[in-house]
Amino acid sequence: MTLKQVVDNVAAMPASKKAVVDIKDLSLTFQTADGPVYALSEVDLTIEEGDFVSFIGPSGCGKTTLLRVIADLEKATGGEISINGVSPEAAREARAYGYVFQAPALLPWRSIERNVTLPLEIMDLSKEERIKRAHDALKLVELNGFEKKFPWQLSGGMQQRASIARALSFDADLLLMDEPFGALDEIVRDHLNEQLLKLWARTNKTVAFVTHSIPEAVYLSSKIVVMSPRPGRIIDVIETKFPKDRTLDIRETPEFLEIAHRVREGLRAGHGHDE
Amino acid sequence: MSGHSGPVCVVLLALLVLWYVGAVFMNAPTQIDRYDRADQTWTTSQLIEDTLAQERPILPAPHQVVEEMYKSIFAIKITSKRSLVYHSWVTLSSTLLGFSIGTLLGIVLAVGIVHVMTLEKSLMPWVISSQTIPILAIAPMVIVVLGAIGIKGLVPKAIISTYLCFFPVTISMVKGLRSPQVIQLDLMRTYNASKWQTFWQLRLPSAMPYLFASLKVAIAISLVGAIIGELPTGAQAGLGARLLAGSYYGQTIQIWSALFTAAFLAAMMVVIVGWCERRVLVRMGVSA
Repeated sequence: MTLKQVVDNVAAMPASKKAVVDIKDLSLTFQTADGPVYALSEVDLTIEEGDFVSFIGPSGCGKTTLLRVIADLEKATGGEISINGVSPEAAREARAYGYVFQAPALLPWRSIERNVTLPLEIMDLSKEERIKRAHDALKLVELNGFEKKFPWQLSGGMQQRASIARALSFDADLLLMDEPFGALDEIVRDHLNEQLLKLWARTNKTVAFVTHSIPEAVYLSSKIVVMSPRPGRIIDVIETKFPKDRTLDIRETPEFLEIAHRVREGLRAGHGHDE
Repeated sequence: MSGHSGPVCVVLLALLVLWYVGAVFMNAPTQIDRYDRADQTWTTSQLIEDTLAQERPILPAPHQVVEEMYKSIFAIKITSKRSLVYHSWVTLSSTLLGFSIGTLLGIVLAVGIVHVMTLEKSLMPWVISSQTIPILAIAPMVIVVLGAIGIKGLVPKAIISTYLCFFPVTISMVKGLRSPQVIQLDLMRTYNASKWQTFWQLRLPSAMPYLFASLKVAIAISLVGAIIGELPTGAQAGLGARLLAGSYYGQTIQIWSALFTAAFLAAMMVVIVGWCERRVLVRMGVSA
């Protein structure tokens, strides 16, 4: 398990910051009619406060499953995981994270503003507070002025921004994003990536971000987790040294290309001989 | 809408012509019989004229039905027992009561079935088998049994309406309350929303289009239920009683007027439900 050593090396780095997500030897096996499916196996990972961690890998590598385990939408069948020092379930109950799904998942009968206030309503905040927070969150994703519109009146990119505003509205310190820009075109995606980075730099949130785009992962992350399928496992963890206020221009730099190359090599190695 | 009115008028006209032709042919034998008994000679045009003006025709002509309806709706005081408005109101009130109870029952059953696994297994077969029993067999028993314990008039009829109309509501609402996508349910879970909150914020609004589709069916069969409920009550009041009395005395014109009044009531109620549906859906942000 030389790969595990890589992971251990990373885990052994100076841990000055607080661990937000701490995962040890995590595994998840789905029991299906065709026998067990090993979705995750021997996953060790620490996400520290203020990290922007990308999970990248081919489909079926368990990156989304891992995010769902962190969010307590899926239960691990082995190993240990803690979020802010408590179990994922306790973290979910404490509303410790905001989750952005692959699709916007806006409720079509609510205006954009009322979609953003949905979690706040569930958390029983006062109406003035809800409106104020929705206003702030929509401003962060540059959607102010669209409060009264309904989801169908917005483009796909704007809808996804609204869903990010919704995840930001209750100000959780941890943001879990599952391929949020996967369905969008390249230009919109670049723009949203830039906005997301600005947001991250401004708020110092911890972000866990699932993607299958190498440039997106390298551009956004402070830490890239490369995963491989069958069983889903971590094969490389790469730290990047780009400043938080990076621009799209860094994509032309040698460092960027070097990291992208390493990610690609990792993905290729992980694919193994079975394809 | 104006693009449709042409074809609609053509179809209506065709039906009317068909009806007149049918009336002439169906009433002709009795009319010829009558001529023969009176030893009267007759011409074709006279025959046609007379077949469309019989007092108790086998098939009354449209204008006879319209005339009777006009008489019994507008010309008679609405408190009179011969007024169709009076009978319509009797039927309508029990229809609306039955519809309200049935809708409520249907929704409550659906909520239970969606939230409690045991209820789905134990209740759903009964819900479905309840509709395999012919309502004509059940209705007199309901009336008689409830009558024996002193419940008469509006309520027994409403119960028959309820019996018919809860079914489409339950079936649709089960489907509707289960219509939210997995991703939306996951979203509510990430907020740690309670079952109650998920119901109000997600399941119920998602079920609205399903609810209204079923309400249109439910209101129409509520009326059918109320009319069936009036048949065995000894023909006191209501459109059903009017139908029954008409058939006792061979008053076909009266039967057809009551039938058309019932059809008109059903259509009006479906239109009203449709109007409510549009109001609700517009409020829910559906593009007009």
